[in-house]
Amino acid sequence: LTVLPFRANAAGEDAIADFTGGADVAEGGVNLDAPEIAENGNTVPIGVSAEGATAIMLLAMGNPTPGVATFNFGELAGSTMASTRIRLAGTQDVVAIAKMADGSFAKATKEVKVTIGGCGG
Amino acid sequence: MADNVKPRVKAPKSASAGEVVTIKTLISHTMESGQRKDSDGNTIPRSIINRFTCEFNGTMALDMTMEPAISTNPYVEFDVTIPESGDLQFTWYDDDGSIYEDTKSVEVG
Repeated sequence: LTVLPFRANAAGEDAIADFTGGADVAEGGVNLDAPEIAENGNTVPIGVSAEGATAIMLLAMGNPTPGVATFNFGELAGSTMASTRIRLAGTQDVVAIAKMADGSFAKATKEVKVTIGGCGG
Repeated sequence: MADNVKPRVKAPKSASAGEVVTIKTLISHTMESGQRKDSDGNTIPRSIINRFTCEFNGTMALDMTMEPAISTNPYVEFDVTIPESGDLQFTWYDDDGSIYEDTKSVEVG
């Protein structure tokens, strides 16, 4: 039984650094809504929200390419929340990083256990 | 991949001024990730929708970039503030340069 993310996270860390420009990322202030166990990695429902965010980036740290999506909230965004469905290659951490209006960053991490991977490997 | 792409949007037809409404969108698209191989072992090239935007009367509400990790038939749910009567414009940008659009009118009464 493999429990831990099965790939090194270097690419994911690079993606985070690109997004934050190397700034410190605080824990908390971001809600990441993901199932604990996903039977099918091809379509995993994920929701993110963060009070006061201008953008939220979503990453799947164990995927072949960690980037998933970036939500940029415009002037008429009714709230800073969005949800979508994503692919996960296997059990891994899903990370949401919010860019706040004051230029700070916050993140949330959640492990999702995947029964059947979603990258056709 | 420009065949059988059909956007579907669920949005209210009316709202009160300044109301926050929830929008649900889904577009049929294979979102080929570029990771899969065909039966001969050749990699199937990536072909996805890489960007989705929602504007109201030309003002941006959501601009989303998508990577191959977004599932087949991309589904997005989000909130938009409706300040006045007008149109919600939805645009999806395909890797191959195709642009798919949908519009929903919202009446403020």
